[in-house]
Amino acid sequence: MSDAAVIQAIDSPATLFAVALEIETDAVERYKLLAEQMETHNNPELARIFLDLARAEGLHAEQIRRAAGDLVVEPRRGPIGAWRTESPESADLISAHYLMRPRDALLMALAGEERALAFYSGLAAAGNDALVRKLAADFAEEEREHVELCRRLLLRYLPPAAADADDPDPPLAVD
Amino acid sequence: MAERTSVSVAMVGSGGAGVLTTGAMLLQAACAAGWNGLLTRSVGPQIRGGEAAALLRLATHAIECLADHVDLLVGIDWVSAQRFEAEIELAPGSLIVSDPGAGPPPPALSPSGARFIELRLTEMIKANPAWRANMIALGAAAHLLGLDERDLAGVIRLHFEAKGADIAAANVAAAQAGGRAMAAETSDYRLARPAQSHGKRWLITGNEATALGALRGGVRFAAAYPITPASEILEWLAPNLPKVGGSLVQAEDELASINMIIGASYGGVPALTATSGPGLSLMIEALGLATAAEIPIVVVDVMRGGPSTGIPTKSEQTDLNIAVYGLHGDAPHLVIAPQSVTDCLLATQWATFLAEALQAPAIVLSDQSLGQTQAAVSRPADLAFIGERLRATEFATPYMRYALGGGGVSPMAIPGTPGGQYTADGLTHTARGIPTSSAREHRAQLDKRREKIERYAYGALWATLEGEGDAAVITWGSLTGVAREALARARADGHRIRLIAPRLLLPTRPEEMTAALAGVKRLLVVEQTHSAQFYRYLRAYYTLPQETRVFHRPGPLPIRPGEIHRQLTEGASL
Amino acid sequence: MSATAPLACKPGDYKSQTKPIWCPGCGDYHVLMALTRALAALGLPPEQIAVISGIGCSSRIPAYTNCYGFHGVHGRSLPLAAGLKIVRPDLTVIVASGDGDGYSIGGNHFLHACRRNVDLTYLVMDNHIYGMTKGQPSPTTEPDFDTALTPGGTGVRPFNPLVVALASGANFVARAYAGNPHETANIIVEAVRHPGFSFVEILSPCVTYRPDQRAWKDRVHTAPVEATDDAGRAARRLMTDDGFNLGVLYRGDRHPFRPAVAAACGDRSELEKGFEL
Repeated sequence: MSDAAVIQAIDSPATLFAVALEIETDAVERYKLLAEQMETHNNPELARIFLDLARAEGLHAEQIRRAAGDLVVEPRRGPIGAWRTESPESADLISAHYLMRPRDALLMALAGEERALAFYSGLAAAGNDALVRKLAADFAEEEREHVELCRRLLLRYLPPAAADADDPDPPLAVD
Repeated sequence: MAERTSVSVAMVGSGGAGVLTTGAMLLQAACAAGWNGLLTRSVGPQIRGGEAAALLRLATHAIECLADHVDLLVGIDWVSAQRFEAEIELAPGSLIVSDPGAGPPPPALSPSGARFIELRLTEMIKANPAWRANMIALGAAAHLLGLDERDLAGVIRLHFEAKGADIAAANVAAAQAGGRAMAAETSDYRLARPAQSHGKRWLITGNEATALGALRGGVRFAAAYPITPASEILEWLAPNLPKVGGSLVQAEDELASINMIIGASYGGVPALTATSGPGLSLMIEALGLATAAEIPIVVVDVMRGGPSTGIPTKSEQTDLNIAVYGLHGDAPHLVIAPQSVTDCLLATQWATFLAEALQAPAIVLSDQSLGQTQAAVSRPADLAFIGERLRATEFATPYMRYALGGGGVSPMAIPGTPGGQYTADGLTHTARGIPTSSAREHRAQLDKRREKIERYAYGALWATLEGEGDAAVITWGSLTGVAREALARARADGHRIRLIAPRLLLPTRPEEMTAALAGVKRLLVVEQTHSAQFYRYLRAYYTLPQETRVFHRPGPLPIRPGEIHRQLTEGASL
Repeated sequence: MSATAPLACKPGDYKSQTKPIWCPGCGDYHVLMALTRALAALGLPPEQIAVISGIGCSSRIPAYTNCYGFHGVHGRSLPLAAGLKIVRPDLTVIVASGDGDGYSIGGNHFLHACRRNVDLTYLVMDNHIYGMTKGQPSPTTEPDFDTALTPGGTGVRPFNPLVVALASGANFVARAYAGNPHETANIIVEAVRHPGFSFVEILSPCVTYRPDQRAWKDRVHTAPVEATDDAGRAARRLMTDDGFNLGVLYRGDRHPFRPAVAAACGDRSELEKGFEL
């Protein structure tokens, strides 16, 4: 969607690292928010899963900082972010649900990783700078591994045999 | 020929006769000369050209209400004048000034025993086209009352200043002619010399006094939605608030006005709106919001005939129930009732002060008879009541906007102050302001809001207490002055009766009322309602003497001193 | 507005500790995110911002921010905010509402707020339903949407808030989609910066009563044309708008409302002279 504009704007490895860091920190923030939502809505299993996902993304962010090495990584341009609509790896909050199961969280994560993979693949192909393209290919490889990991984990959580989780209590009006 | 100490005048006319203007000028001239006076009016339903009656009372002593009957009735014409039959009661000695060219007055207005005198308005106008009938009538009335021609001329010139010297002169001449036409009249409607100068005096209506009281009390924002008979409060504030750095905005409806003033007050600025019964009904929900979120506001209700649209141009005391009981939930708040035209200033200023001090809404229960009566009053003294809420300047982390203790008043953070951020809420909340359904928190905040209102030291202003004796009259609002006059008559006959008139209707004052009623064996409750709202309120909150009677009737007719006096003398023995 | 340089604020500075009660999946989480990012981008100190709301799920938002807030009564957020802004022009006042609170009970105030053009930013989280009270239709609900209170649907044509806003004088009209938080944040920044009454309708799906709204993400699209400053052109576009055009759609040039000013009187007794006999 808005990947093309971001790809155009990445003119150096430093910018690429900054964007990559933004992707990860946004993802961390998003998973933490989901963990909080799950805790407030009494779904502790999913709260744990989202915290784990947040941790994993946090590690990835650390990895990126180390990989940047001596490069001065430009801080994010302003608090709103480079993408016009949404950061690619960030989980889609609108697809959350208070009764979601681990499989749903993994599907969310998978979708995020796939979007990130698509972005880096696009950058590897169309980036302005040779080094950027090479680095992008490396990042894409990393994201491919994450996609595979999600798919493997999903094998553990098969689709539910019966219908979706059901809450016999109807929604309440609290105001 | 004994001169009188009080004379009541009624002037009637229709179709652009300018009766109300005439009444105002008569009042102006008399009060400028040193008499006390008040002016009220009665009108037909038309917007223009309708029949109108200007009702004045002039006196050498202080007066706060209309007299029992009219002494002098001046008819510019008698078209549709029977409308005023119930309000213009003449006595056998009354005098009717009538224009033969306009036909006789309606029979209802001319009881046997009343005297007639001719004032040939139609003829005089025909002979002097530049004269206006109402100016001739004005001059006639002034002469009969014994007003100085020059005082009257001064008022007339001032009134027609803008229209040019010629027109002013013509009207002065018209008035003089009217005076001369009465020369042969040997009636005794002349007022005695006015009392010694009282110091600076004003001519003011209750609504104007209300507005000025608010301004003096610190109000600097008003939201307005017009409604009869309260609009004049807002009309006075509109040009005057900006002169003291404030502002008034016209809102789209009463729901907007009350929410606007809550928003403004939340922002730190004392704020007010004014309305009547129908508007107050609309504002009830937001009054609850201000109570729950502890936001100071002042809402003036100039009561009119009810229920529903009722009689917009007439007075009643029937919004007591909604003012006291109207908020849903348990919502302690303030209700203050002015007792006279001049008391409108004090009551509103005090209400502003209290609202700010207690971070709560204050309803000022005025009424049409106070609001739209113009009276000569001594210049109201400056009072020390300037609204000043307790502001939070230092903040714990987190800031506890609704912290307990401190007599129930918690310091309020004003937006813009770092560290004081909180969300004001109508939802039941914790001391921090977080919504909650906890029994303990709900109870704690209810206790807090009740404590701050009930434990405050309101002082002597809570009620008017006059006289001694084991009989008492208890009333409120505009009936205070009426009762006072009735009691003066009763006392002149040797009776010993007290007057009790609470100015603070909410919170109730059980201890103070018990003290006020100590020794009272016979109590007369007086109110202008159909359902005895005030009596039931007293019964609900106070212990009344065994022998308690109620004299109540609804509007639109004002209750007269004579009626109360009759209740006292002809009712159960004093 | 503050004359000092923007602070280096982070979105987290504008969030309170209070955990939202919104259902997971609710678009309002995105709106909160967008709002905090927008406020950080504007660099305004939290204490200089007031978030005013009415009643409904969306109206819970003030307590989730670290700004001054007022959770008022149903439908009355706009006059509450107007009163505050008129006496405190130094504050940045954001008004939050939903399609029920804002377009139904609040409809009259909406018209007059657009007319009056006080410098406010009005964010309406529209989910085409009354969420808080368990799923009744709102003025923007499709006429054939079945609910308990209106079996078979209302049969009543939905309200068009953008057209109404424009016709009533709103100085800035935009539509956003909660699922695009960056875009929404940018629109909010522009709305706050634009003087006068700025109206942003934010499509914000309701996961509990309108699970069908998950499909919105495939229906929203950037408006095909740039925003216009011509009210007539904007009106024609908005009348034929498909309800999913995103972006700033109209920018007007009306001066924001200012209350009447008068020469200050030196002494208050000047005001009282008119009463003297």
